[in-house]
Amino acid sequence: MSDPVSALNGAAYDGVVRVEELGLRGMITLRGDHASVAVKNAATGVAGVDFPDALACDTVGERGLAWMSPDELLVLVPYAEADRAVAAMQAELAGTHSLVVNVSDARAMFRISGPAAREVLAKLCPVDLSPGAFGPGDFRRTRAAQVPVAFWMQADDAFALICFRSVAGYVFDLLKTAARPGGEIGYFPAGA
Amino acid sequence: MLLLTCPCCGAEADETELQPGGAAHLTRVGPGAPDEAFESYLFHRENPRGVHIERWRHAHGCGKWFHAARCTRTLEVFGTYPAQITAPPQPIRDAIAAKHPGWAWKEGK
Ligand SMILES: [Zn+2]
Repeated sequence: MSDPVSALNGAAYDGVVRVEELGLRGMITLRGDHASVAVKNAATGVAGVDFPDALACDTVGERGLAWMSPDELLVLVPYAEADRAVAAMQAELAGTHSLVVNVSDARAMFRISGPAAREVLAKLCPVDLSPGAFGPGDFRRTRAAQVPVAFWMQADDAFALICFRSVAGYVFDLLKTAARPGGEIGYFPAGA
Repeated sequence: MLLLTCPCCGAEADETELQPGGAAHLTRVGPGAPDEAFESYLFHRENPRGVHIERWRHAHGCGKWFHAARCTRTLEVFGTYPAQITAPPQPIRDAIAAKHPGWAWKEGK
């Protein structure tokens, strides 16, 4: 079998924030009734975190659960574990109306970190990123310029962002442009 | 700028995250309907300068369809509600009537 490589092979850029492509990450789409105990157990059992609230995500290291829609979750696991995690969830959900698909190779993940991280994303996405409206653990699907993305806040000055693999280069270019030195706005209070 | 709160996920969605779906609560006529009714269902739409009840999809978000009541003249939003509801709920009718006295919901458009 060939060696898998991520969309941008770990490319990074240092501007007013640091933008890194995070390499291979395990991402699994789980569709099903969030109220179903079987769906809850399958997701939390594989991810090892609590079931997320709406518009939130719960992550520890490379593992986590993100609330994608009223009937969809994104399950995050280390890349090498994704196929096993899919099999485990499918076994647990046998007989439950659901869908589990390994989408790891269809996506790219970035980390945007630094005191201006809110500002860089706010330039690209129509989302209220003020400290009072968006904080660590908040998750949002939206668009960055012309393409769909989703992001969540990991810490006070760091975000993770996912997009389709086919537009990873476009998204990286967008982030680099928004993070270019000289483009600081300083709208959000420093460190907030 | 138009901001609609998606009733399916709770996100405040900008117009650029949404896909418009046209007038809401149309009566779908069946294959046995007369040509005039079918023509009306397919092509005839009100285009009000004022209160409009519409379908929108949270395309760059949770992906769900929902309904929204707004004023096309001021972009004031009276409320959003789930796609499974077949007519504007009373609180939304009340919010519209408060700003547009004389406005009334017409069933079976
Ligand atoms: Zn939504």
